[in-house]
Amino acid sequence: MDLQLENLRFGTELIKRGFAKMQKGGVIMDVTSPEQAAIAEEAGAVAVMALHAVPADIRKMGGVARMADPAVIESIIDAVTIPVMAKARIGHFVEAQIIEAIGVDMGDESEVLTPADEFHIDKTKFTIPFVCGARNLGEALRRIVEGAAMIRTKGEAGTGDVSQAVKHMRLIMGQIRSLKAMDEQELMRVAREIEADYDLICECARLQRLPVVNFAAGGLATPADAALMMLLGADGVFVGSGIFKSENPEAMASAIVKAVHNFDNPQFLAQVSKGLGAAMKGIEASSIPETEALQTRGW
Amino acid sequence: MQIGIIALQGDVSEHIDVMKKSLKGTDLVVQIRRAGIVPLCQGLVLPGGESTTISRQLESTGIANEIKMAASAGKPVLATCAGLVLVAKEIEGNSSVKPLELIDIKVGRNIFGPQRNSFEADLDVKGFDKPYKAVFIRAPGIVNAGPDVDILASIGDFAVAARQGNVLCLAFHPELTVDLRFHQLFFKMMRQAKET
Repeated sequence: MDLQLENLRFGTELIKRGFAKMQKGGVIMDVTSPEQAAIAEEAGAVAVMALHAVPADIRKMGGVARMADPAVIESIIDAVTIPVMAKARIGHFVEAQIIEAIGVDMGDESEVLTPADEFHIDKTKFTIPFVCGARNLGEALRRIVEGAAMIRTKGEAGTGDVSQAVKHMRLIMGQIRSLKAMDEQELMRVAREIEADYDLICECARLQRLPVVNFAAGGLATPADAALMMLLGADGVFVGSGIFKSENPEAMASAIVKAVHNFDNPQFLAQVSKGLGAAMKGIEASSIPETEALQTRGW
Repeated sequence: MQIGIIALQGDVSEHIDVMKKSLKGTDLVVQIRRAGIVPLCQGLVLPGGESTTISRQLESTGIANEIKMAASAGKPVLATCAGLVLVAKEIEGNSSVKPLELIDIKVGRNIFGPQRNSFEADLDVKGFDKPYKAVFIRAPGIVNAGPDVDILASIGDFAVAARQGNVLCLAFHPELTVDLRFHQLFFKMMRQAKET
C-alpha cells in the first residue's frame, strides 16, 4: 500500500488532544485480563486500561507497583477493538517508551504506581498521547505544559470512596470560574501563585474549562458516582476497581455506561441502579494516613 | 434550519462549536440524546467517538431508527470517523457495531492501526481547489463502494471521503480544524434538500 508516508504527520498535538476528545462522554474501565476487557467492551466502555492488578489490589499488596507485564497488555490489545491504555510510573520514561512500543493507544502517567522520579515524563517526546492525574488547576496545567493530552482528577484510587475525586473536580472547576473576572495583572499573579503557565491560565479564563479533555477518576464505584462527576463538569469517567471488585461486574459496567450517557436524568439513574448487587466494599478515604495516600504522589 | 448533533458520546461540543461558527442567525444547533428530536431536524451529524459505544446507545434509545427514516426521507447526514463506520452498509470483520446502512460502502474500522499511526495529511479532495488538512485518529477506511457512491478523497488503497445523495461521510475530523469547506458542502446539501 502506497501511503506516501513522507506526506503524513504523526503524533502532533492536534492528533493527541483529538484522541482524548473522542473519549468524551464515555467510561474507561480498568481490566486485568482479556476476559475482563471483553466484558468492558460489551458493556459499552470507550476504552480499557490494561493493568496487572486493579488499584484496590495494588494498595493491598503493597511493595513497589510497576508497569504491567507487556504480555498481559498485548493479550488485552488482541481481545478488543476499542482503544487500550496502560500505566507507566511517574517519571519513568522508559516504561512509557515500552508501552508506546507495544502499541498502546494512550499512556497514563499514574500515581497508582510507585513514582520513579521527582520529575514527570516529558510527554511531548512521545507519539502516543498521555493522560495525567491532577488535584488542582496548577497541577493540571503543569502536566499540560509537559505534554499531557488529557487530565483526570486523582481522587483516591482503589478506595471506592468518590469524595476525593469530587474535591479535586470542584477545586479545578472553581479555580477556572474564579479566573473569569480577572484582568491581566491578576491572571499573572495567579500564574505565579499556582506555579502554572501564564498563557494556559489565560486560555482557561477564556474557555472557562481546561484546554484538554478532563475526566474524573479515583474512587468511583456506582452509576450515581459517575453521574455526580459528570454533573460537576467531568467530560467522562475512569472506573478502576469499582467494576471488577463489585458483586456483578457485567451489570455494574453496563449500568455505569448508561449513567454517564443519562447523567442528568434521575428517573433513568434510578432504573439503572436497581438490583446491581453489592458495589465494591472500599475504604473511607479520610481513614487513610497521608503517607499511604496515592494522590500526594507527583506535584 | 435546525441541525441535530447525535450527542451520545464523542466530540460533540467540537461539532457544535464549528456549526455555530458557520451558521446564520436563525439556524439552530441541537444536541440529540433521546428519541423524538431527530424528526424535528433538517440535517443530522454523527460525530467522532467510539463506534461500538455509540452504536449500542443508538439502538437502545431508538434514535437509530429515527436516523434511518430521516435519511431515507432525503435529509442530509454528515458522518465523521466513528460516524462513517455507523452509516456504512457493511463493516469488515466481527464487529459489535450495528450499521445503519445509509450509504453503499464497506468499512474497515481502525484500518491504519493503533493510535501511534494516527496522522494529519493534506488531502486532495474532488471539487476543492486547494488541499484539505485532514486529521485521522484511529480512523476507519472505505474498502469497497457501490456504483452510486461518489469517492471524494483517498489515502493509499482506502477511500476516506465519500458521498451518496444526501449522505456525506468522512474518515477524518473536519470539526477539529478551522477549514470549513466540508461544512459548507453540508449546508449546501441542506439548502438543496429544503428546496426540493
